[in-house]
This record gives sequence, C-alpha cells and structure tokens, in this order.
Amino acid sequence: MTGLFNKKSQAIFWNNNAGAIQRMLDYDFVIKREIHSVAAIVAPTASRKFELFFYGANQIKIPVYVNTEEAVKNHPQAKVFLNFASFRAAFDITMEALKLHHFKTIMITAEGVPERMARLINLEAKKQKVTLIGPASVGGITAGAFRIANIGGTLSNMMQSKLHRPGSCGLVTRSGGLFNELANIIAQNSDGIAEGIAIGGDRFVGTTFVDYLLLMEKDPKIKYMLMLGEVGGTDEYEVIKAKQEGLLTKPIIAWCIGTIAENFSGSVQFGHAGASANSNLETARSKNMALKESGFYVPETFNAIPETIHQVYQQLLKDGVIEPIIEPEIRELPVSQRKSKNFICTISDDRGDEATYAGIPISSVATPDTGYNIGDVISLLWFKKRYPKWATDFFETVLKTVADHGPAVSGAHNAKVTARAGKSVVESLVTGLLTIGPRFGGAIDDAAKYFKYAYDENLSPPDFLMYMKNQNIPIPGIGHRIKSLKNPDKRVEGLKNYATRFFPQHALLDYALKVELETTAKKDNLILNVDGTIGILMVDMWRSLGYAESEIDEFISGGTLNAFFILGRSIGFIGHILDEKRLQMPMYRHPFDDILYDE
Amino acid sequence: MAQKPVREFFVKQLFAKEWDHYFTRLNYPFKSVLVSPETSVEHVLAAHTWLKKDDLVVKPDMLFGKRGINNLVLYKNKKPGDVDWDFAKKWMKEKSKSETELKSGQKGYLTHYIVEPFVPHASDEEYYIAATAQGLQDVLYLSAAGGIDIESGWDEKVTTVVIELDDDEKKIKEKISKGLPKDIPTAKKNIFVDFAIHFYFFFRDMHFAYLELNPFVIKDKNIFLLDAVARMDDTAEFVMKEKWENIEYPASFGMSKKCPEVEAIEKVDHHSGSSLKLSILNRKGRIWTLVAGGGASVVYADTIADLAGVTELANYGEYSGGPTTEETRFYAATVFDLMTREKNPDGKILLIGGAIANFTDVAKTFEGIVLAMQEYKEALKKNKVKIYVRRGGPNYQEGLKNIEKAAKEMGLYIEVYGPETHVTEIVKKAINV
Repeated sequence: MTGLFNKKSQAIFWNNNAGAIQRMLDYDFVIKREIHSVAAIVAPTASRKFELFFYGANQIKIPVYVNTEEAVKNHPQAKVFLNFASFRAAFDITMEALKLHHFKTIMITAEGVPERMARLINLEAKKQKVTLIGPASVGGITAGAFRIANIGGTLSNMMQSKLHRPGSCGLVTRSGGLFNELANIIAQNSDGIAEGIAIGGDRFVGTTFVDYLLLMEKDPKIKYMLMLGEVGGTDEYEVIKAKQEGLLTKPIIAWCIGTIAENFSGSVQFGHAGASANSNLETARSKNMALKESGFYVPETFNAIPETIHQVYQQLLKDGVIEPIIEPEIRELPVSQRKSKNFICTISDDRGDEATYAGIPISSVATPDTGYNIGDVISLLWFKKRYPKWATDFFETVLKTVADHGPAVSGAHNAKVTARAGKSVVESLVTGLLTIGPRFGGAIDDAAKYFKYAYDENLSPPDFLMYMKNQNIPIPGIGHRIKSLKNPDKRVEGLKNYATRFFPQHALLDYALKVELETTAKKDNLILNVDGTIGILMVDMWRSLGYAESEIDEFISGGTLNAFFILGRSIGFIGHILDEKRLQMPMYRHPFDDILYDE
Repeated sequence: MAQKPVREFFVKQLFAKEWDHYFTRLNYPFKSVLVSPETSVEHVLAAHTWLKKDDLVVKPDMLFGKRGINNLVLYKNKKPGDVDWDFAKKWMKEKSKSETELKSGQKGYLTHYIVEPFVPHASDEEYYIAATAQGLQDVLYLSAAGGIDIESGWDEKVTTVVIELDDDEKKIKEKISKGLPKDIPTAKKNIFVDFAIHFYFFFRDMHFAYLELNPFVIKDKNIFLLDAVARMDDTAEFVMKEKWENIEYPASFGMSKKCPEVEAIEKVDHHSGSSLKLSILNRKGRIWTLVAGGGASVVYADTIADLAGVTELANYGEYSGGPTTEETRFYAATVFDLMTREKNPDGKILLIGGAIANFTDVAKTFEGIVLAMQEYKEALKKNKVKIYVRRGGPNYQEGLKNIEKAAKEMGLYIEVYGPETHVTEIVKKAINV
C-alpha cells in the first residue's frame, strides 16, 4: 500500500470529541466512503456504550469503550489511533496503545507533552515502525479517502481547497493553520494535494519531514512535494541529505518560516515550541539557503510560494507528468434533513415487508420446520444473535425448571388471591410477578454475582465462606429447606447433568461444587440449590460463548438472570390464575385466628 | 511552551536540593546567593553568614554566557581571591548603574548577580560536563579541560557519550565509564565517573533540555560547581511542580523586563487549554499584530520584517487552540492598551491576521476582539490606528462581517479580507507596498 490512508482506513478515536468525529463522518459522506472512518471511541468515564452521530442525514451509532484494548479487540480492522487526550494524559494513553502492537498510525494532538515523554513515545513507535503524527499536530489527510479529525477546517473550505479528491502534490508542514492555508494556495495554483500532514509544532515530533517525503516519493499519485519548515531543529537537513543520496527525485518546493527570529538572537519564542534556533544551523535563513543549494525549489519569501507552485505545476503539466483532473461529482451534505431520534432499537425491525428478530424474518423462526425453538427466539431478542443449540436448549431447560413451584410460594399465592378478588389475568399475573425480588427468585442474580467474584479473585472455597461471613450475607444459591445431600434436588441433578454433558466448559460450576463440599460438611442441607445452579451455569455459558467479563457483569447487573426466572415463572402464575378462574373460588379473606394481634 | 533558559542560581539550588538523592558518595558545598534589586541585604547577610567571612566571586546571573571574556566576573580586587562583601556590593552597584554592552552586541542593564565563595584551584583542575537531548538520544560531553576555552579544539578535548533512551542503568554506567576522557588524573577517575553517571540521571529525571557545568572542580569528595548553564523543558512543569518550586523563566538579557501585561497573559495562557503568547519587541514600533496560530503569526512577523523592517514591528504574539471569548477579549485589550500608550505622528497599524482555522470559531474569537475594541475605541482613534483583518475558518464570514460593522460604527478605520486573499496580503496593503 502506498500513501498513509485509503478509503478503508478506520480509526479508534481516544476521547469523545464530538465535533471532530462528526467532521470526519461529514467528510466520509461527501467523499462517499462506504465504511465510517471512525470505528470506535474510547472514553474511560463513558457511561454509554455508543454515541450518536450523523452520516449524511442518517443518525448512526459509534461504539464507545472504556479502554483502548477493548476497542481494538472489537474493531481489529481499525489501525489508526487518534489520541485526543490532554497533555497530561497523552503519554500514558499512547504508551498503552503502543503496547497492543496493533496500530500502524498514531496521532497525538496535545500540545505541551514533556519532551522526554514525547521522545520515549517516538522511540517505541520507531521500534514498531508505527507512523507517529505529532505531538501538537492537527493531523493529516489523504485527499478523497481519509481525514484526521479537524484537518482541512470546515467542509466548505475543504471543497474550496480541493481536499475531497486527490490532486498531485504532497504537502508536509509543521503548523496546522498554515497547512490549511497552503492546501488552499496549492488548490488555487495547481490541482491540489494528494496527501498532506501537519507533523506538529513541538521540538520532538514523531515521524518527521524526511519520513513523509520518502513515503510520498514512493506514492505514484504524488508528482511533487511542498515542505514548509520552521526555524529550530535540524529536521530539514535530513531532507537535504536524502535528496543528496538520491532518495528524493520528485520536485520539492521548500520554505522555512521564522526568518524574523535571527533579529532577536533566540531570545523570543516565535511560534511553536520547536521554533527556536539553538545554533546558527537551525536558523530559517541557513536552512533556506542550504535547501536552495541542494536543488529544492525555494521561493524568495513565504509570499512567493504561490508563484513557485504555479511554476512547478505548469512544468509538470507540460512534461506530461501530471494529467488534468476531471472533477468528480460532489455529494452535498444534507444538514437540514438531520433529525435526532428519540428512541433506539437494536433487536427487531418492523419497517420492511415482514418484521424481523435480530434481522431474521419471523416466518423463518416461527414454525417447527425452521429449526428454531423458543430458546432460539430468546437468544435473538435478548442477546441479538442465535446461540448454539446447547445454549438454547439450556435456556429451555431453565424455563421448564423454574416454571412453577406449587401454589404455596408467595408469588403464586399473591396471584391466586388477586384472581379470587375478580381481577383479570394480566392484573393477577403482575401481582405475582411483583413479588419477585431479593427474597423470591433473587438468589439467581446474587449466586452468579458472588460465585463469579470469588472465582475471579481466586478465593479458595474456605476463603469464600469467610468472605461471605465477614460481609454478613448467607451464601446465595446455597441451602434448601428440605433437600440435602442424602435427598438431592432432582432439578439440580438434571441441570448439572445437562451442563456436564453439553457445555464446552463449566469451571464455575466445578468451583461451586467445591464450595458445596465445604458447606455440606457443616450442615447436610447446605447444598447448591436450583437458583444457585442456574445463575452459575449462565456464567459458564456466557464464558463458553466468548463474552468479555465486563459484558457478563453487565448481563448480571442488568437483571438478565432475573429475566429468565420472570419469564419461566409467568407460565406457572398464569396456570394458577386460570385454575382460580376455572374453580371460581370466592374472594379470599385470611382467618383472624391465623394472625397474632397486639394486645 | 518550550525549552526555556533558567538562572545559574536556580540550577545550583536544584542540584543542592536533590544532591543526596543522586550523589550519595559525593559532597556539594552549596553556597550561593542571588542578589537582585528586590533583595534585602540584611536578610541575605543574616541567612548567609559566610558572605561576610569568605572571599567572594560575583557574576551577573542573567542567562548570557562568556562573562569572563566580557570582564563581568569579579574575583579579585588587588589579587585573585581577595573580594569581600563590601567590595562586591560596590561592584554590583557600579555595574548596575549604566547600560552594559556585551561583545556579542547585546545591550542591557545588569540586575541579577550570583554571589559565591571563591574556590581557589589551578586551571588544570577545571573539568567540563554537559548533557543535551538529541532526537532519540541523550548526549553527554565530558572533558578534563574545562574552562572558558572549551570551544577551541573541542574535538580533541571533549569525549562524547551517546545514550539511547532505552539504555538500562547498567548500560549507561558502562558507556560513561568507557567514555571517560583519557586525561583525567588517575586519582580522580573514580569520582569523575561516579559524578558523571549521576549527573546524567539528574539531567534526565529533572527534565532538563540542556545542562552544562563549565567548569566544575573535584577536591577529594567535594564537587564545586563553578558555573552552570541550563534550559528546562517547561512543558514538564505539571510533573515537576514540587521539585522545581518557584521556577522562573527570566527574559533574556537586553530584552526589557517582562511587563506586567505580558506576565498577565502568561498567567492566563498557563491556566487555559488554548494558547496565548505575547512578546513586546519594540514599544515604539508602528505595526502591532493580533494573529491567530503558531505558524501564521511567524509568517506575519517574517513578512513585516521583510517589507517594513524589523524595527517597525512592535510585538510578536499568537492566540490559538480555540480560546474563549473572554480570553480573546483580555488578550486583545492588552495589545490595544500597550499600542496606545505612545502616539506616533504617522499613526499606527493593527494587523488582525490568521490563516484558515481548522476548528477555532472565528466569529466567537472576533467577538472578544470587538469587545476589547469597544473598551479602547477612543484611544485607538486618538492614535490614528488603521486596522487590517484577514482570516478564514469556521464561521469566518460572520466574524468578518461583525468586526467590520462594529469598527465602522465606532468610527475606526478597517479593511477586512477572507481566505480568498493571500494570508499576508494585508501587510502589503497596510504599508502600501
């Protein structure tokens, strides 16, 4: 691949800088990119899993992650890292990103990263052959393919500067503002740029003039280059050296700004942090002279750059090196049609001919011949994908196991009492369901939570018991009123047998059974009960399916386990309600003699 | 923000503070006092009783070098090492009275001096050490021939040790030991190596951009730092706050002392996420600039110097990184205040310039400039200020329209241009080239 970016390049954007991200997406739309240039956002304090942006008139979601590693795992194709952290955090964030050995290009926008830190970043980037744009850079652009953040300014300015399609100039500057200025000047005096980079204003920036110019030398789109250097540093001499060694053969226009600085013998800081001459060699005048002597096109002053561009471009046209460009059609940005949506739905869609569950038409899941069962439908609507058969069968096993537990449990009792008061099925059902909570059905959530915690923290079973004792909480999922080791719960046996036969792994269940050995040694009925078994096996299932721990934690805290109990037990509640309707029992009143009254 | 020179006194004080942490086997008899117009003599004498007892050396501590060659090192009255406090005081008073011109041509008033005990030593006891940051390497320079002549015959006198940023401690020690100049006396070799190694760690950890001791003297386990020159990387301030406490970056010699206005801008700059910079080059200059962007501001300065001559340029400055309206108002008001203090019969020129902004909202920043214009409209009129504006970027049309309308309503002369006009064209228009 030649050039820094192409139409498929994608970035991970560190910091939710909504303005800059939207500008990238606007550019995407105008140049008709098919995939968004921003694949994901990293924001450590984010509470949302995505942010909303516009692509043209449509609202789109860009996923948000709390760290770069997660973002990379989910978007391995995104090889560009745009670091918009502050100067305080930029070093740590960049080093973390480099540790992943994943990115090809990293851009740092912060100005004021300590020099030693910037140099350590440079060193690591160089070792990994990563292109490092910045620090203190506004970015770069491959015209018509990929723009970094704000470079190029407003869309209308980009159009005017012909940044929406490749021209034939390669532009490298230090300054971001002058980058825009020159892109505009180049568009006015030639056919615009093919690729451009603002390398950053600090003394120690990563990839520097010579590196970019050597890349541009190899890029067939680029026919000539323009380098805008500055007083301070010796980077421009590297470029001269490369030319003298014959590595740069295309025409290069060059100018170094900051001729003013000599008048003040280095005592005034002109412009960027890097713009301070520490020796005579580093003055703008010396550099301009050296460039001129080495065969670069060096104008008389900055203000003569337009004429030099014109002259070089016309010559290349005449020589047939550059062909005139046929201007592509521009797609207008439909800003006025943009409307933010109040609701978002990611599980089903009823807009087409037929409503779908996670993209699958209902008719394709409804009848037995489709091979989809109710477990499949749950996996589609609850988890947005079809789970393998062992998992959907497990769902159904759970639903069947928890469907009912007789009329005496409090939820069923409440449903029955309500039905006898003459209320409808739905009223009676919700009365039963409202009973579900920390004491009724809630042990599934807590069992999953605490056993997962103990396992993740590598607590030995005795340590786990001690931990729970210190917390003053009875271990959720352990204990049964009647059942014991000698008189085991058949439902639990069934779930355990199923998991051992069909689950790819069940490490948490194994751990829970070791805990059970400890508890039953104390008391015979402190067995792993049905709630505990379900909660623990759900965790084993999600781990087997490759979910990240953070996602599993979210499932648990979001109440997903509870949801299985609610769904399953509804079957039983409805049964009891219908039973009452059939039996037509009168309104229930609790007998006085069953209540202990205060004297 | 960039590399900034600091006073010799600051460097020595930092050495003294960190000494026991780095140079555990060596001793630094730190005795140094900075004397400035603000110094209370009684106070200093009470805190540093050695001033009255020891023979003294006095030098200006104002960032310039070659003080020996410029005859600005006081170490003798009748013979070397006989300078007492009274004589030193008299000398400083004398030197501060009139303007001093250095051999380099720099001119200015001496105000700050460093006073230290005289350390008798032979010239062949003077050693040299310096460290600097170059790209991905640190470079250490070592020599047994320190002193004012170090630069002549540099290649023969000085050995160079190149340290990669990822060299570990063992490797660094090895390289420095190997790079030791051959002509260090055998008896002092171990001390020199030990000092050089920890000098490097000190240089690295304290975020120096450059650090030079020329010369330093070794006597037994005592290290005397006779002269020190350094630049700090001021961007590291947020990590070095405690160690660098009370750091100051003086204006270089010959530049007028930073005026309170410039200091106020520096303060705002320091606390803002955006960048505000201002230097006064010549208060009497006719052309004042209010330019956005670190690059564009330099291009304006270059062009003014080329077309009108450097003496016409009154200030250099830039604002960038999306400053708030209030920050821009404050910045512009400061410039207007400074430019309307002394009238010029030919009137004055104000260039409100900038390239095509990437993300700075031009209308918003111009709002701040208009507010400042309102405050200073009478003064600007009295000083016959002509205003030339050129800018592009987000909302530039609105910004240009507003500033033009406001200035005209105030009765100020103004011309405005957008991105279709070359960035520095307004310089030509303003001075009629």
